[in-house]
Amino acid sequence: MTTIASLEDKFYQTIDAEEKIEPKDWMPDDYRKTLVRQISQHAHSEIIGMLPEGNWITRAPSLKRKLALLAKVQDEAGHGLYLYAACETLGVGRDELLDQLHTGKAKYSSIFNYPTITWADMGAIGWLVDGAAIMNQVPLCRCSYGPYSRAMVRVCKEESFHQRQGYEIMTTLAKGSEEQKAMAQDALNRWWWPSLMMFGPNDSVSTHSEMSMRWKIKRFSNDELRQRFVDMTVPQAELIGLTIPDPLLKFNEEKKGYDFGPIDWDEFKMVVNGHGPCNEERMAARLKAHADGEWVREAASAHAARKSNSESRLKTA
Amino acid sequence: MNKDWPLYEVFIRSKNGLSHKHVGSLHASDAAMALENARDVYTRRSEGVSIWVVKAVDILASDPGDSEFLFEPATDKIYRHPTFYDVPDEVKHM
Ligand SMILES: [Fe+2]
Ligand SMILES: [Fe+2]
Repeated sequence: MTTIASLEDKFYQTIDAEEKIEPKDWMPDDYRKTLVRQISQHAHSEIIGMLPEGNWITRAPSLKRKLALLAKVQDEAGHGLYLYAACETLGVGRDELLDQLHTGKAKYSSIFNYPTITWADMGAIGWLVDGAAIMNQVPLCRCSYGPYSRAMVRVCKEESFHQRQGYEIMTTLAKGSEEQKAMAQDALNRWWWPSLMMFGPNDSVSTHSEMSMRWKIKRFSNDELRQRFVDMTVPQAELIGLTIPDPLLKFNEEKKGYDFGPIDWDEFKMVVNGHGPCNEERMAARLKAHADGEWVREAASAHAARKSNSESRLKTA
Repeated sequence: MNKDWPLYEVFIRSKNGLSHKHVGSLHASDAAMALENARDVYTRRSEGVSIWVVKAVDILASDPGDSEFLFEPATDKIYRHPTFYDVPDEVKHM
């Protein structure tokens, strides 16, 4: 006889054996809920994440940069799609997910609520924001939920070009005129701290972490990933002559890593709760894009319906 | 979109000689659109030379609850494997 207890046993055996849970397998309700929340937030972030960079496509300084930025933004749309599809395998509909985004019920990464005011921001985003995203996403390739892990493998393959093109922009500006270098430094100053916030609250106050680790959705804690990101990024900044905007940043010989200053969590909370510099603008742009696409979706549905009608008429004739 | 378009599963042949492999899924109003979108989403870096799209509702999947009864009988049929049979050492390749 299958009881809940025996199903649960089997579930944890699968998890502990580093095997994957697939959509039709039994899973605890909270595991499903946690995944739906995390994957949908992740999908929304990819979609909203197109907006700050979309802002610069028409103003890219060269055709090469424009092509790269277009390709990157298109990739992000694809990432959103892979993730929505993974989320739907858990029994939520696409319309439901979009509704949650559009009504503000679901969150997206707060980093995208900061403005992109200069071209250097395209460099800083690729380098830091995509860099932080990669740091978060690589361990997710081993996540215990099959569809999520497969989606992340695709995403990670595509991400590395994003970070490199961003760093290339920063490098070019940093080697350029005084104004260009200042522009790069200014972008780093503005994006550094929000990028560190992308890893989420400190471990001591993180609410979802423990179960996510048990379920092997998460592999490393927020602070561990943040530390790795700092250790990876600081030398990259030094290499191109830029300064990390943190007076407390210092290499710690003992831990073989950098100590860094405290993060302004009040700012983080403010932005998460809708009061960042661009929250309203981002939501308005998303809603407008959705509304503007309505006639296209209607026309496509009408076309599909007419075609299937005439096909069935031909068959019966 | 409160009437979600049908879900299509996407299969891609990465090069001739290999089978089509499931890569993901997408919603589309009809099969033609599913094919076009699959091209845009799943083959942006020359991942394929051929695409199949299949409506997800047309796929009948086995139930993981039936796995034991479907697949376990095979595990004790070791006589289906070549190593079950003894042949003289002199026979080098068989
Ligand atoms: Fe992405
Ligand atoms: Fe990216």
